[in-house]
Amino acid sequence: MTFNKMSGPLSVTLTSVLSMLFVSSAQADYALNMTEGVTPISRDIFSLHMLVFWICVAIGVGVFAVMAWSIFHHRKSKGAQAANFHESTTVEIVWTVIPLLILIGIAIPATGTLLDLEDAKTDADINLQVTGLQWKWKYNYMDEGVTFVSSLAQSSRDVVKDPTGNENYLLEVDEPIVLPINKKVRFLFHSDDVIHAWWVPDLAVKQDAIPGFINDSWAIIEEPGIYRGQCAELCGKDHGFMPIVVNAVTEDEYKQWIVEKKAAAAAVAASADKEWSMQDLLAKGETVYQANCAACHGPTGAGIPGVFPAMTNSPVVTGDAAGHLDIVLNGKSGTAMAAYKGQLSDVDIAAVITFERNSLGNSVGDTVQPSAVKNAR
Amino acid sequence: MTTATTHDDAHDDHGPAKGLMRWVTTTNHKDIGTLYLWLSFIMLLTGGSMAMVIRAELFQPGLQFVEPHFFNQMTTLHGLIMVFGAIMPAFVGLANWLLPMMIGAPDMALPRMNNWSFWILPFAFTMLASTLLMEGGGPAFGWTFYAPLSTTFAPESTDFFIFAVHLMGISSVMGAINVIATILNMRAPGMTLMKMPLFVWTWLITAYLLIAVMPVLAGAVTMMLTDRHFGTSFFDAAGGGDPVMFQHVFWFFGHPEVYIMILPAFGVISAIVPTFARKPLFGYSSMVYASASIAILSFMVWAHHMFTVGMPVAGELYFMYATILISVPTGVKVFNWVSTMWKGSMTFETPMLWALGFIVMFTIGGFSGLMLGVAPVDTQYHDTYFVVAHFHYVLVTGALYSIIAAFYYWVPKWTGHMYDEKLGKIHFWWSTIAVNVLFFPQHFVGLAGMPRRIPDYSLQFAEFNAISSIGGFAFGLAQVFFLYIIIKTIKGGEKATDIVWEGATGLEFEALPSPAPYHSFNVAPEVK
Repeated sequence: MTFNKMSGPLSVTLTSVLSMLFVSSAQADYALNMTEGVTPISRDIFSLHMLVFWICVAIGVGVFAVMAWSIFHHRKSKGAQAANFHESTTVEIVWTVIPLLILIGIAIPATGTLLDLEDAKTDADINLQVTGLQWKWKYNYMDEGVTFVSSLAQSSRDVVKDPTGNENYLLEVDEPIVLPINKKVRFLFHSDDVIHAWWVPDLAVKQDAIPGFINDSWAIIEEPGIYRGQCAELCGKDHGFMPIVVNAVTEDEYKQWIVEKKAAAAAVAASADKEWSMQDLLAKGETVYQANCAACHGPTGAGIPGVFPAMTNSPVVTGDAAGHLDIVLNGKSGTAMAAYKGQLSDVDIAAVITFERNSLGNSVGDTVQPSAVKNAR
Repeated sequence: MTTATTHDDAHDDHGPAKGLMRWVTTTNHKDIGTLYLWLSFIMLLTGGSMAMVIRAELFQPGLQFVEPHFFNQMTTLHGLIMVFGAIMPAFVGLANWLLPMMIGAPDMALPRMNNWSFWILPFAFTMLASTLLMEGGGPAFGWTFYAPLSTTFAPESTDFFIFAVHLMGISSVMGAINVIATILNMRAPGMTLMKMPLFVWTWLITAYLLIAVMPVLAGAVTMMLTDRHFGTSFFDAAGGGDPVMFQHVFWFFGHPEVYIMILPAFGVISAIVPTFARKPLFGYSSMVYASASIAILSFMVWAHHMFTVGMPVAGELYFMYATILISVPTGVKVFNWVSTMWKGSMTFETPMLWALGFIVMFTIGGFSGLMLGVAPVDTQYHDTYFVVAHFHYVLVTGALYSIIAAFYYWVPKWTGHMYDEKLGKIHFWWSTIAVNVLFFPQHFVGLAGMPRRIPDYSLQFAEFNAISSIGGFAFGLAQVFFLYIIIKTIKGGEKATDIVWEGATGLEFEALPSPAPYHSFNVAPEVK
């Protein structure tokens, strides 16, 4: 059990009271307070948070103490006689001016931190483009040309009915992003559908990803480690199921990872040129479908009537393969159907289309080859 | 009673009509007040049952009871129903009952419009609730309905939601016009503006806020409608529109809306505390000025709900400064209430308990509000359960507590019966313990990183969510108990005296019998 970085006598009392309360159920790791984080900004934000918190506590103790004193001593049952004073301009001025001074005391450090927080324009070492998608994140290492989509790990999807004991439930992804420590990383956010918000508490980065806008933010991660976050803006059905995992490593490890990523991407591109068997396409297609399509169209292709169309017996899926391919590649404007040409490889698209046409209650019988996808792009 | 107010002459002092049609056709401010209060109570239980669904699903990690899409419909409708169906109509109901009696007027200035503005609402809420039964489900984009989730990506039923919001807006604007017309034109001779009870003052200010911002909300939903069906692109980036503009328009309505829900509460508390402290309200005129300042500032801070949308840093700085500034007039109010208690001769009947609960817990909500206003730190707070805890402290233990306090305080005047003091106190302590078990742990999960509006969460948040749910069920049950108290009080109970409370002041207590007659102040009372 960890209690994150609280200090002072109050937190000691609080800690002991709460640990008594939770002795029986303390196997999970929970926190009472904001994380201090691992970036200079996150530490500034944390100390600002604690400053304002203790100011509030001090004012609260003062006001509530006066109130409590009054409640105990100025009660009729103790024979208190009501006084009749009900106005004092001096007092009103005093309790207008003093809070004003306290606010100025808060505003000065807050202004400094805000100016640092918004300084994303000075040169960054790494530019990472983050695209919000229903319901996953797409990352583009702009200086390296490495692009991939990161979505909720299957290990979490499998246990949504009963996640007991599943470590990092809903906070695990299939492909984490890797970033080097002690480098200035600039994040560029936008969205291809609705508004999302990319939030990693330990990095103190929370920024909306908005269609038609590019927002930015930055972080210098000072400690290696795995930092987890979630989407923070309601973005539809699976808003609660699009986590973020940042793996912060040394610069050498980061460079190694980039090399591996590039090699893997090249292998995927190469596999698009060979002829795939129906069986291989179906096997791969099922994985791609469950990770990308099932959220809306349902794990069995039933969809959600009135919101998301069914795959089973869909006129698009059972119709002409070129039309089917066009919708998957380019999306359908005015609806939630996204364009997958920027998200999936030729092989993935070929496989998922073949899967949809020959599974989920459909049996068209044809295959779509990766080469056809490549030509249609 | 032989006060000047109930004297009767040639024109018949008829009572209410008989049967159901009394309620349909009534133009009597007391009847309409009763209708509003019942509607808001029904909505409280409706929105409350949706909260119970939410808390049941969040009781444990994993998806046990509902699907995420339905969960989103629950959070959306819970918010809409509580804001537009429970809190706002409750204050309009209190205004209807009390404003004429407080200023010495025979009725509201525009009684037929009053009937209309009420009777729109049951239809609006029936239509809103019916979306749950439609194909594709009801609105699932949060009560803030950010575009494009609420336009391109929304279910078909969104059009019904839009029409329902229009109706609610029309009702609110008519109600507000009525309040302003009544207060400005129908005060008894001698009732100068600076003699009006604070509840009248805060409602006057609230009514101006309503007239200013409800049309803005109507504009927002109309733009949504044309984006959905008539080929416009107000909020669609692909067509050259701006999704962030939706948020600016929404919060230009939404922030004053927050004060629409809390200013009348300030008025209620300012009536109750002096009565039970047996001492006049401290700093009456500073209370009036503080209310007006809060109202004016409320128009200038809207974008503090949007610190993460990527505003220019100058904008963020301005909205941070303006936002934290609001804590000054709000603090003045709390200090004035505490000074009213100081050296009073206090007793703690049920209304006073709810009022004291209000002061303490609203202040806690105010502190978290100050923390949220500090823009760089809001990076970590925004859209987490810390925000959920904050606005439930100001809206449940703030606005709702004041409404319940007002019920206990004025119900003897309305029905002529005292409520059961013992049950009232049980209701208070039960609710107060439960509501803190419900919302206090949400500060912790929010700070620890739990986003709001999620149907499921990682295991680290499990303990506090379980505690929160238990508090939620207990709080919900306490309001069913409240229903029993209400019915018991209407049906009978110890007869209330005309003054009701030893320390009560104001025309409704000093110049009217209990229960107040169906038509009061046919002849204007004398105000000294």
